[in-house]
This record gives sequence, structure tokens and C-alpha cells, in this order.
Amino acid sequence: MKYVAEYRDKDLAKSVASAIQREAKPGRTYNIMEFCGGHTHAIFRYGVQNLMPENVHFVHGPGCPVCVLPVRRLDDAVEIAERHNVILCTYGDMMRVPGTKQRSLIRAKADGADIRMVYSTLDALKIARDNPEREVVFFAIGFETTTPPTAVAIKQAEEEGLKNFSVFCNHVLTPSAIGHILQSPEVRELGTVQIDGFLGPSHVSSVIGFEPYEYFAEEFQKPVVIAGFEPLDVMQSTLMLIRQINEGRHEVENEYTRVVTREGNLKAQALVSDIFELRTSFEWRGLGPVPYSALQIRENYADFDAERRFEVSPKQSREVKSCECPAILRGVKKPTDCKLFGTVCTPDNPMGSCMVSSEGACAAYWTYGRYRDKTARQQKEAAA
Amino acid sequence: MCLAIPAKVTELSGDDMAVVALEGVKKKISTALVEDLEVGDYVLVHVGYALHKVSPEEAARTLKMMAEAGVLQEELEEITGGAQ
Repeated sequence: MKYVAEYRDKDLAKSVASAIQREAKPGRTYNIMEFCGGHTHAIFRYGVQNLMPENVHFVHGPGCPVCVLPVRRLDDAVEIAERHNVILCTYGDMMRVPGTKQRSLIRAKADGADIRMVYSTLDALKIARDNPEREVVFFAIGFETTTPPTAVAIKQAEEEGLKNFSVFCNHVLTPSAIGHILQSPEVRELGTVQIDGFLGPSHVSSVIGFEPYEYFAEEFQKPVVIAGFEPLDVMQSTLMLIRQINEGRHEVENEYTRVVTREGNLKAQALVSDIFELRTSFEWRGLGPVPYSALQIRENYADFDAERRFEVSPKQSREVKSCECPAILRGVKKPTDCKLFGTVCTPDNPMGSCMVSSEGACAAYWTYGRYRDKTARQQKEAAA
Repeated sequence: MCLAIPAKVTELSGDDMAVVALEGVKKKISTALVEDLEVGDYVLVHVGYALHKVSPEEAARTLKMMAEAGVLQEELEEITGGAQ
């Protein structure tokens, strides 16, 4: 247990903070994007930004799978549930996300659709086994950590000969999204955000390893540090990024050596590539269509693909007017720049996806950040 | 949903399933994604699947952080409250 104390050590935190103060050059700004919702949460929860010098900023990127799912795909899921009379299973986080005209899965359920919240794909399989006369669709979302469990479920359904189980696949890939943030013209239209380095996701990297980020760091000449979830991990990784930036390096460094290796979990990767292949393009909320950024079910497993099994009609999907989630997900705006934030949009009554999931920037800001801003403002006023 | 929670493997069955114990809760999970597991190992559990092995120290540290950040209870409720 001695490690617990080490990572909680206030003196250690102070010493990392003062190293950052010392090494961040006053003449320049350091914009560091964290990509993982877990990091966003840690930064807010522990007030990591407060320990940084004024020229070191955290930019909150699109690191929450619920937040980046476009409304159209959610509308499609609602339609599959309502029109095709299936049992639609999904993770709890999806239930309250508002679709077009504020219609969410929970509202569709209240109106009679058979929508069930599951903790795991194992639960969805069990529902399919228990209801052989009904079609059961698993509405799958998530990054590289959540994809292998979906792959196992499809494999298992095939082995068991479960004919009434299929997956509506919305799994997305992190490296391509990071690349897109740096190069897409659409991002430039919304306003530019200078990003000098990335805090790489930790659990995602435990599955895919950190090798995929090497190409990215080289191609875009931006440093990446794979960071653990502890506040001290985040601070240590920030220091490592500042050093790389100062030295003009752009490498992938791994701060989270306790869990992450270069090659990742090979067994999980093999399963994923057996079942899934790249989509040529997939739309992300906030980023628009991103080439090769998502997965679809391979032809060999077409029987388990809900997109092939159920037709959805083309429709006009619409975000809530004035919701700034797209700009917030690109790091262009802060939650407080949105006029809906904290007024009509709160975690109890979310207007956009960033306020629904606890890893979303708006929800994290609502829970912790708004007090910090208020205190900082009061301190400035008192000093003046 | 994004978080993974560490748990100790208490039973292994031959069908890629295991029972894990976490904070007094027992849960049957899949071990299809991890190789060479033994009873007593700690694993990170994510949406009902062991993602990889972790050391007991890493497990203790993560659990403590999750408790402090107020997310441990939430995760446990999700694990025990989902459709069974």
C-alpha cells in the first residue's frame, strides 16, 4: 500500500508543480489537450489547473464516446426500437442523451418501446437467450476499451447459434480523431485552437498500446504522453509534455508504465480485427465526418449487424439550437461560453451530450469548474 | 461507463468466466480478453470484462482514487444494478 501514499503525496505534487512553474517559459503558451473523459474529470475534481502557471492551459477534447455520437445515430437507434419492435439494449450513459426534438431513449421507453439498460454485452446476450421469439439489438458505443467486449459478444452469439441477436455498431477510434482535430478544415472554420501536445488516453492505450500514436506524433509533429488517471499522473505527464515542447521534440512517451505497454492487449486486438473492419468515414458530433475513424462489422459476421438487419428511414436529425457541444468538443469553446450552460442546460435537464455523461466537459465544469471560476474572479476583485 | 474498476479474481471457471470480488460485491465477469489468469490476480474490469491484469498496489491506488473522487459508489451501483 505504500504506493498509495506516494501518489497522494502533497509534497510530491508541490514539487511537480514547481518544476512546471520553473520549466514553462514565460514567453510562450502551452496548450495541452486531454483526450480522455477520465482526465477531464481528474483535472476538474482535483483542481489541477489551479496548480499550473498562467501560460499552461488544458483544452478539453472529444474524449467521451457518448458526447461524440452524432444525433443521427441516436435517432436511428430510437427508430430501430420503435419501428421494428425489438428489445434494444444499451449502456446507461446513452439513455438520457437528447436526440432530435429532445427525444431520448428514456422517452421512447416511456412511450412503450422495449429499451433496456445493460451493464455489459453479457447481459444483452442473456436477454437474447431468454427471449428467442424477439429480436434483441445491442446499441454499441465506445472507444477502444469498449470494443473488445462487443467483439466477444458477437463471437459468442455465433458460437451459440443465437439468431435473434445483432449489434448496432458505433465504435470509434481515438488516434484518427486526434489527427482530424489537427488537420480538418471544418475545425478551422469554427475557430482555431493551437494545440501543442496531447495527454494520451490511458485505458484505451492499455488495449491498443501506444504504438498507434507514434505515427501520429511523427506526422503532426506533436508530442503525446500517455497519462494515468491520478492527478499526479496528469501533472507529471504535463511536465513531460512541457519538456518535449521546450526541446522541440515530438515523441510518444509513456507515463503510465504501470499499465500500458507499446503493443497493448494483443488478444483483444486480434478479436477486434476478426470481427470488425474500418469504416471509410463516420460522423462525429463536433468533428463532422472523420475518415477511417470508426468500425463496422465484417461481411463474415453480417448476420449480427443490425444495420443490415433493420432498415432505418432517412431523416432530418437536428441538434438543439444554440448548444455549443460541437465547438466545446473541438476545444474551441469552453462550457461557460455557451449561453445554455447552467441556465436551461444542467445535468438534470441536459440539452446536449456534453452535459449528460459525467465525463463530458460541460458536466465536469458544472460539478467542479464553475466554483473555481467564481473563486478566481472573487480573488481578482478582492486584490483590485 | 468509461471507467474500469480493479477487482480480485476469486473463482475461475473453464468457460472464460470468473467471479471477482470488489468492495464486498461479487460479480461474474468474462475473462475472454485476458490470458493466464489465476485466482488471486487483480484485473481491471470494464463493462463486465477483465481488460488486463494489474498489480495489487495499482488496484489499491485506483480504488482509493475512485473513492476519493466519488465515482466508486457510482460504478459499484452500475455493476450491481444492471440487468442481470
